Amino acid sequence: MRNIYADNSATTALSPVVLEKMMPYLTDFYGNPSSLYSIGGKAKEAIEKSRENIAKNLGVKNPSEIFFTSGGSESDNWALKGVCRALKSKGKKHIITSKFEHHAILHTCQSLEKEGFEVTYLDVYENGIVHPEDVENAIRDDTAIVSIMYANNEIGTIQPIPEIGAVCKKHGVIFHTDAVQAAGYVKINVEEQNIDMLSMTAHKIHGPKGCGLLYIRKGIKIDNLIDGGAQERNRRAGTENVAGIVGLDAALQLAVDTMDERCAKLIKMRDRLIDGLLKIERSRINGDRVHRLPCNVNMCFEGIEGESLLLKLDLNGISASSGSACTSGSLDPSHVLLAIGLPHEIAHGSMRLSFSAENTEEDIDYILEKVPQIVTYLRAMSPLWEAIKKREAEEKVI
Amino acid sequence: MVYSEKVMDHFANPRNVGEIENADGIGEVGNSKCGDIMKMYIKVEDDTITDVKFKTFGCGAAIATSSMATEMIKGKSINDALKLTNKAVMEALDGLPPVKVHCSVLAEQAIKAAISDYYKKKGVDPEPFVGNIPQCDSCSCNS
Repeated sequence: MRNIYADNSATTALSPVVLEKMMPYLTDFYGNPSSLYSIGGKAKEAIEKSRENIAKNLGVKNPSEIFFTSGGSESDNWALKGVCRALKSKGKKHIITSKFEHHAILHTCQSLEKEGFEVTYLDVYENGIVHPEDVENAIRDDTAIVSIMYANNEIGTIQPIPEIGAVCKKHGVIFHTDAVQAAGYVKINVEEQNIDMLSMTAHKIHGPKGCGLLYIRKGIKIDNLIDGGAQERNRRAGTENVAGIVGLDAALQLAVDTMDERCAKLIKMRDRLIDGLLKIERSRINGDRVHRLPCNVNMCFEGIEGESLLLKLDLNGISASSGSACTSGSLDPSHVLLAIGLPHEIAHGSMRLSFSAENTEEDIDYILEKVPQIVTYLRAMSPLWEAIKKREAEEKVI
Repeated sequence: MVYSEKVMDHFANPRNVGEIENADGIGEVGNSKCGDIMKMYIKVEDDTITDVKFKTFGCGAAIATSSMATEMIKGKSINDALKLTNKAVMEALDGLPPVKVHCSVLAEQAIKAAISDYYKKKGVDPEPFVGNIPQCDSCSCNS
C-alpha cells in the first residue's frame, strides 16, 4: 500500500536542509543569546542574521520590525490583544475580521469582546473571498485594527491583501494579516502590499514547530503579551528559540528560492486532482479555483460524512483532513464551509488534501483511484444518499 | 482522536450493512444537519429478530455503533432487544471518545424506532413496550 501524506496545511515534514542549518544551535552553540561569553554571542549573531534575512524575504524595511514568537497562534494573539489594549485609552474599541479566520484570530476576538471590544465579523463570499469594499464599509472612527487572513487554512483561498491593506491605509487603520498558510506559496512584500502586521510560522513550510514571527511596522503602539526579560527589544520576553529562529529563516529562504517551480508543479497536480474528483456526481470544490493556494484541494461529497471518509482514506494509506470538526471534538461542521454558505449536511462531507513538493503525480493517480471507490462505498450505506437519489428521481418524474 | 481496535474493526468491516426487503420494522433516527442518520431494518418471526440490517450516514463511531448494535440484537427476542442500552453497545466496542457517546445513543434509538414501527405495522400501540424514544440531546441541531 502507498503512504501519502496529504495534510501539509496541518504541518509539514522538517526539511533536511533546514535541520542541517539548525543543528549547530542544538549542539555546539547552546549558549543563552543574552549572555556575554562567546557561545552565547554566536547564538545572538545567528538570531540577528536570521532576522535580517527574513526581513529581506518579506519585504520588511527594517529587521527590527520582526519579532520572533512561538508560532502563528501567539503572533495572532499578540497582534490583536497587543494593539487593542494599547489603543483602548485612545477610544479605539472596534475590531474588523472575517467569519472564516483561523480560531487563533476568532477566539482571540471573542476574548477581546469580553474585555469590552466590539468585533465586526465580515461575511465571506461563496468563493471564499473577503471583499475590500466590505472592509471599507465596516471601518469606523473607533476601529483599532483590521485582521484578514492572507490565505484560508481550510479552503486555501487567497485574499486581496494589497487592496484590503490600501483601504486600511486610506483610513489610517492598522492592518494585520495571518499569513501562516500563505507564506512560502505567495510572494509577500509588506511594503508593497500595505501590510502593517503579519503573522507566520515555520512548521507550515518545512521548518520546525514552535517558532514563528510577528512583523510589526515601526510606530505601531502595541502592548506586550509576554512580560519578562528584555529579549526582542523588550517586546517579547523569553530566552530565544535560537535553533527555531535559524530554522524559520532557512525554511523561508528555501520556500522563496523554490517558489516558482514548486508552485507550478503543485498547481498542475492540484488542478488535475480537482478535475478528476469533480467527475464524482454531487461533488463540489470549495473556494475559488484561481485565487487558491497551489497546495490546497477542498471538496465536498454529498451524502457522506467527512470523518468516515478520512478514516477510510487512512485505511488506504492517505493522510488527509476533514473540514468536519468531528475530528476536533466538536459536532458542528467547519465554520469556514458554513461561512461560504454551505448547508450543514453538505459541509459535514468535506475533505481537505494539502500537498507539498514531496508529493508526486503518482500520488495523485492513487488518490484519484481511491477516493471515488470510498465515496461509492460510503454512499452505498448512507440513508442520506438514498434520500438524495429518491428526491432526484421524483424531480425527474415531475 | 483515538478509536479502540474494536471500533476500527466494526468501521472497516461493518456487519449487517444493507436493507431488508419487506422488513417488518424500519426505524430512522438522527438528521443530516447533525451529521448522523441511522436507519435500521428488522425481520421478526415469533417475537424473535431473525434478521437486521442498517444503513448509516455518519462518522466512524456512528458506523461502528450501528454495526455492533445490529450484531447484539440479531437472533434476540424483541424484549431482549429493547433492553439493549447505549452503554452496553459502548462497552462492547471497548469504549468511545466522550464526544462520540451520542452515536451509541442513536444506535439504541434506531433499534427502538424499528421495533416501534414493527408494532405499529401490526396495529399495536408501541408505547407500552418501547416507551418514548428520547430525542438526541447531544447537539443543538433541533433548535
